[in-house]
Amino acid sequence: MISFFIKRLLLLIPVFLAVSLVIFMIVHLVPGDPIDNLVQINSSPEQKAALAAKYGLDKPLYQQYAIWLGNALTGDLGDAIILRRPVSDLIAQNLPHSLTLGALALLFSTVVGIAAGALAAIYKDSWIDRVTMALILLGSTVPGFWLGLLLIMLFAVQLGWFPVSGARSWDALVLPVLTIGLGGVALVARVTRVAMMETARKDFVMMLHAKGVPPWRIELRHVLRHALLPVVTILSLRIGWILGGAVTVEFVFARPGLGSLLITSLNQRDYPVVQGALLMLAVAVMLGTLLGDIVQAAMDPRVRERIE
Amino acid sequence: MALLSVQGISVSIGALNPLEGITFDIDKGEILGLVGESGSGKSLTAMCVMGLLPRIGGSITKGSIVFDGRDLIGLPEIELRRLRGKRIALISQNPMTSLDPIIRIGAQIDQVSNLHLGLSAEAAKARSLELIAQLRIPEPAAIHRAYPHQLSGGMKQRIVIAMALAADPDLIVADEPTTALDVTIQAQIIQIMVELVRDRGLALMLITHDMGVVAQACDRVVVLYAGRVAEMNGIGEIFAEPKHPYTRELIRCIPRFGQAPGSLKGIPGTVPSIVDYPDGCRFNPRCSNAQALCRDQAPALEPKSSGLAACHFSEV
Repeated sequence: MISFFIKRLLLLIPVFLAVSLVIFMIVHLVPGDPIDNLVQINSSPEQKAALAAKYGLDKPLYQQYAIWLGNALTGDLGDAIILRRPVSDLIAQNLPHSLTLGALALLFSTVVGIAAGALAAIYKDSWIDRVTMALILLGSTVPGFWLGLLLIMLFAVQLGWFPVSGARSWDALVLPVLTIGLGGVALVARVTRVAMMETARKDFVMMLHAKGVPPWRIELRHVLRHALLPVVTILSLRIGWILGGAVTVEFVFARPGLGSLLITSLNQRDYPVVQGALLMLAVAVMLGTLLGDIVQAAMDPRVRERIE
Repeated sequence: MALLSVQGISVSIGALNPLEGITFDIDKGEILGLVGESGSGKSLTAMCVMGLLPRIGGSITKGSIVFDGRDLIGLPEIELRRLRGKRIALISQNPMTSLDPIIRIGAQIDQVSNLHLGLSAEAAKARSLELIAQLRIPEPAAIHRAYPHQLSGGMKQRIVIAMALAADPDLIVADEPTTALDVTIQAQIIQIMVELVRDRGLALMLITHDMGVVAQACDRVVVLYAGRVAEMNGIGEIFAEPKHPYTRELIRCIPRFGQAPGSLKGIPGTVPSIVDYPDGCRFNPRCSNAQALCRDQAPALEPKSSGLAACHFSEV
């Protein structure tokens, strides 16, 4: 298990290098120049060149990449061109908000999604299944930002239970967590339901019935346990999505976070921030996948065997 | 009185009627062979006896299954569950897929004695280790800790047998327990199973399509053909004097040592499809003796000079 962990960690190095190169290239291929955003419209070419030199933008691309990567590995992601602060500070400031929101949304999706999926699978073809499936369909088709607006209208504006926006108190988290989490609930519930129904058809489940094991115990201890394997996979893939992809939700609720930082910087062509934030997200996705693999190996002896 | 008495059961699954008037019984300590080609209804009969038919969407439309004085048909599910694993145990067809792949072997055997005998975790483990050893598996403790994928097919089938024995049942239903295994270990597994069953005086319903296995292990035989009983008789009688032409053909198909090359024959024709059973005797299209009567009228299962057979023209 430990050797597996180390092997997986080493495997992340080439992935990290490739991802960092892609991030760097994409950002520099985007048309537009951050210097144009900094200087006044009537600045001279000399003034622009001086600024470009200050931020190292005059050097050849490969040199810029090498410098950036070298610094990034020591924790220095450079300085924001527009916001004029170290990128690492900006990320440190925004990441906790994204992490809190993401972790709570993930927890919510996991718990509610598994429970709903398991109920639907156990009471297959009953009204419980049909109602759950209808909600799942709704949950997976309604876009997050729109759901967010609806929730704000109902719970913040009409009922006044929660704040409309911001991140000043804990109750400001409820609506964003619901908004991000509900999509996840739908996804997790659907995967759980299908996986449980598939497992229930396996020979060993019939054998468990033949052994006289009570049905609820078969469903929970055996069938659900198998169904959690694919659920872990999709959850681990969702970690990165929630941290970075929740950007529209952060935007709707006017919350700080990695997503909003990324969008703002992207609009301003603030290369160092965009690169830094993307790199953070890439690392989050990689760690999420690694975590998923570890959990899966812990749950399934066959996976452990394949690795060792 | 017989331990298990199956009387004229018919089964329907959707619009199909795969079993019709299946009748046989098993005494305490008896090994009954249930033979027939694929599709003859052997496994379905096992499902009926286990009370698991509803799980595959089937239902028993006629007849009775009396086990130890109680009719299993109409028994509430919770009562059936108390019988399953405890008094009637199943050895399934495919050991490769019959064990939960992510749970340790030991826990899967322990589960049975824990559930039905109320043994503590330690007592259940001790019992499982003992069973594993009785199935002549080396290093029981290591096997108890292992996962199913770490074992060979033969080992897994021994584990499934151990699982079946774990709660001291009265009847074991073994559904083609060796078909999925290598030929080299088939005989060995059958031998171990039969030995343990005999030692404990258990009844065994052994489903197989292998007449060799029947000859090796069984006291009596029921021959199924296309969802009906063709013949039922003691092991000696059935080989010496088969009453049904189908049984005769089956026995003729067993390869013999020293047989002339090219003389090994199958039964001409194929098993009729369930959606298209012939009228009258279902064996008539393949029977060399078939008469007009055979095509019109299904023969009843009747006593002959020994045993029962369903043939209009069995001589004795």
